[in-house]
Amino acid sequence: MPDLLIELFSEEIPARMQPKARADLKKLVTDGLVEAGLTYAGAGAFSTPRRLALSVEGLDAASKPVREERKGPRADAPEKALEGFLRSTGLTKDQLELRDEKKGQVYFAVIERPGRPAAEIVAEVLEKTIRDFPWPKSMRWGSGTLRWVRPLHSILCILSDEAGAEVVPLEVDGIVSGDTTRGHRFMAPDAFSVTNFEDYAAKLRRAKVMLDTGEREAAIEQEAANLAFARGLEIVEDTGLLAEVAGLVEWPVPLMGAIEARFLTLPPEVLQTSMKEHQKFFSARNPKTGRIEGFVTVANIEATDDGETILAGNQRVLAARLSDGLFFWENDLREAKAGMTDWAEGLKSVTFHNKLGSQADRVARIAALAREIAPMVGADPDQAARAAELAKLDLRSSMVGEFPELQGVMGRYYALEAGEPEAVADAARDHYSPLGPSDDVPTAPVSVAVALADKIDTLTGFWAIDEKPTGSKDPFALRRAALGVIRLVLQNNLKLELQRITSASLVIKASADSFKDTVAYQEALGQRSSTYAKRVEKAVRRILTGDFDPNITQTNDWEKTIASQQEDPSTRVDEMLFYMVVQRHLEINGSAIDLLSFLHDRLKVYLRDQGIRHDIIDAVLAQPGNDDLVLVVNRAKALNDMLATEDGQNLTQGLKRAGNILGQAEEKDGVEYSFGADPKFAETDAERALFAALDSAEPAIKAATASEDFPAAMSAIAGLRAPIDAFFEAVQVNTDNQIVRRNRLNLLSRIREAGRQIADFTKVEG
Amino acid sequence: MTSPRNDAKPRCFQDVILRLQDHWAKSGCAILQPYDMEVGAGTFHPATTLRSLGPRPWAAAYVQPSRRPTDGRYGENPNRLQHYYQYQVIIKPSPPNLQDLYLDSLRAIGLDPLAHDVRFVEDDWESPTLGAWGLGWEVWCDGMEVSQFTYFQQVAGYDCHPVSGELTYGLERLAMYVLGVEHVMDMPFNDPDSPIPLTYGDIFRQAEQEYSRWNFDTADTAMLFQHFADAEAECERIVSAAPEDAAGRAILMAQPAYDQAIKASHLFNLLDARGVISVTERADYIRRVRALTKKCADLFMQTPLAEIAP
Repeated sequence: MPDLLIELFSEEIPARMQPKARADLKKLVTDGLVEAGLTYAGAGAFSTPRRLALSVEGLDAASKPVREERKGPRADAPEKALEGFLRSTGLTKDQLELRDEKKGQVYFAVIERPGRPAAEIVAEVLEKTIRDFPWPKSMRWGSGTLRWVRPLHSILCILSDEAGAEVVPLEVDGIVSGDTTRGHRFMAPDAFSVTNFEDYAAKLRRAKVMLDTGEREAAIEQEAANLAFARGLEIVEDTGLLAEVAGLVEWPVPLMGAIEARFLTLPPEVLQTSMKEHQKFFSARNPKTGRIEGFVTVANIEATDDGETILAGNQRVLAARLSDGLFFWENDLREAKAGMTDWAEGLKSVTFHNKLGSQADRVARIAALAREIAPMVGADPDQAARAAELAKLDLRSSMVGEFPELQGVMGRYYALEAGEPEAVADAARDHYSPLGPSDDVPTAPVSVAVALADKIDTLTGFWAIDEKPTGSKDPFALRRAALGVIRLVLQNNLKLELQRITSASLVIKASADSFKDTVAYQEALGQRSSTYAKRVEKAVRRILTGDFDPNITQTNDWEKTIASQQEDPSTRVDEMLFYMVVQRHLEINGSAIDLLSFLHDRLKVYLRDQGIRHDIIDAVLAQPGNDDLVLVVNRAKALNDMLATEDGQNLTQGLKRAGNILGQAEEKDGVEYSFGADPKFAETDAERALFAALDSAEPAIKAATASEDFPAAMSAIAGLRAPIDAFFEAVQVNTDNQIVRRNRLNLLSRIREAGRQIADFTKVEG
Repeated sequence: MTSPRNDAKPRCFQDVILRLQDHWAKSGCAILQPYDMEVGAGTFHPATTLRSLGPRPWAAAYVQPSRRPTDGRYGENPNRLQHYYQYQVIIKPSPPNLQDLYLDSLRAIGLDPLAHDVRFVEDDWESPTLGAWGLGWEVWCDGMEVSQFTYFQQVAGYDCHPVSGELTYGLERLAMYVLGVEHVMDMPFNDPDSPIPLTYGDIFRQAEQEYSRWNFDTADTAMLFQHFADAEAECERIVSAAPEDAAGRAILMAQPAYDQAIKASHLFNLLDARGVISVTERADYIRRVRALTKKCADLFMQTPLAEIAP
């Protein structure tokens, strides 16, 4: 059983591409070998900046011979059929066998494929692997046509066993395989030959190359920790950076440096981000103060002077970077102290989206909405509105211009510098959250109000201009925004009527033009009028409290109707304007409803990950109040739990059966059976028992759902399982006696009604 | 002019340049002179942009003064200048030992890779105005980017066959590091022991101040817009000219047309520095310059230089 060793030696492979390249190399080669009839015991792939390597152990020395028989046409079949058979098998007529079958003589092709030596197969598989390698980006070089991630220089490919190693001969675009490789680019540049994987790894180590990425990561982590510890510091963990740095070096040599005192006033996030993004340094923190005081850079060489020159150079670059940082920070603090009015002004010239106005327009909408949401989440409305006004200002700061990933974080510092309260400053930082599915969800009320307003404004805005996500395309990250809303609501247990809030958000947006123009018009005529902001606020309140007649604008002469209702001319204008906006809003109301169903879709995905079936959620979403996500989820969880029990399963069957019988009868008779079941027409004990059970269950279900105690509601309805089962066991609903039949159908309708209190059971599968 | 002493470290800015010239001359490159027009980077020199098109082998190296109006800092920033020098090497087809040749150039200017940490860090290059892109790295020396190393894949929308290897050194930054200078203006330009020693600041400080003011505050934007339109129109006119002149000579004018594209590109940079191009307009201006470059390249591809050498 020989072992296979492959190394593809190239110019520097981007660090971020190495993990996938290792996996791809392993999969493509081993799949190819197996497909060609070679089995193997184990395989491992490795990468450094300059090489991709694969070791396959215990490979078959050759593939097994294969004998295949194929039945062809009958001897008396037309010549054409035989020709086709010969073509498809690649044989000549005299190579075929004629066999006697029941229906006469039939041609048979016996194809024997001899086993092939491993080397032959490996050469084929590796060439194909190299030519088809799925690099995320690949290139050509020189005059060749081969594509690789960077110029490919050599191919090492050997099969080795006890007898020794043999090169697997192959050639790809002029690169001939061999058994040699090279060590570290500077410390051991000479070529050497290897005989097997152990020999390869050991010689590489002597040539200052640590082959295994995991080993390099561990070496960096440990040495960095030691260096930091010696100075009383600790390394700020960053697995992404560790993986990247391990992909940039063949021989990691961590070096520790200190940050000059003049930079220590910078916020730790700034130090960390600057060092990581620009220099790929690890940050070293003082555990006592939490400040970043040092850094670790990882060199790729054991330098002659113990890295003194290297460290000095790195320190110099860092100083230049941090000088920029300090300059930005000090400028920004000055602006923050001055109240950030320049930044607010600046937001007016930043386009958010050409159909949704500037960032300043957006901030005004978010502030208006946050003010309305605030009381629903226990926040102070003024603080929420103020926080929303501040939240995007840091986008104009120099620091966020340099490091966009510090948005929010800087906002908090600047808000504090401007003398804002902690709750407002925290909201400036936290209102973007949650971004990813595992991101922390804000819990402070002001942060929650602004975070919700921010996301809902984004959703309604893009819905209103019909820029919804389609398929895999979601350029404005609207799915993420919807998931953010869901997580904010659920994790803070917020009972919100989202339908009204999204309507309010749409009204804020839709009212902008109408109110703005009218106020300007009235002012131009010298008329007094309430301000734009006041009108928006009033309109939003009316939407949120339902204080308007949604049907009034349905008629053609609604303007006259309103005019006749309002005597005072200024109130009349206000009222007309309000309904104009409502009409606009109703015109796009289709999109508001759509938005709720979008939120519901995201909720399904979210709950599915928590083990709740989509049909259960559908059954629950059919209930009223489905824009209260806390209610929806509590109901779904209770239903999910009940359906996991035997009672629940059988109850569902019973409810469905009742519904089916009732539905058919109602269709046939053309009436709805919904009232008047009377125990005096009951003929059996089972019927009477069901009456009794319903008499006690109905008020229990009603009370439990009213107080949103869904587990209690479920156990109340689950109690109906036995009586329903017994009823169907004992009773034929459709009897000849019409009085008894009607009575039973009316009884079934009580069952259906009891079920409807809980969920739409017709949607539950199974 | 004394020849560079490769045994000792360079002592001044021009020594670094001379050593690079010497190294690349010995490596077989034609040492060209800077292109005599205002460009944002050495890549704009027709020796790179146009010569990387087509099959004909090519090897050139040159210093290119580069202008980035928005980077002006009145000569005060230790590292930023609105006028600086790039060293550019372009070889087609890219030789298999291009990385080694490059590393030798670092040795030539006194950076020993055994004492420093030299790294090739992924950085894909793209020039929207040239319609060009390539894969390669930024080369780091002790954490500082000292060069850009690119294998051209496309230029002006044409696939590069063969592929050119392009190296770009930011000369001031590299020299400052080699010479251990903290502020560019303090860097010795000629030998500090010369009878008349000159620093970078002696030569360029006042120019940086003057150009910073002109770039940011004074340049006549109406005129610049007009010049942009003129350059664009002239470029279009040249590329659409009849292929034969009055005397019946078949001469396509790809290079004069390309000069106009370069002009337009620089005018756009000046307008950008004046802050009169909005975010949405920006993309449109870049697209217009790219369209010009594309037309010049289309024309160049029909000229003898885009054929295999006779």
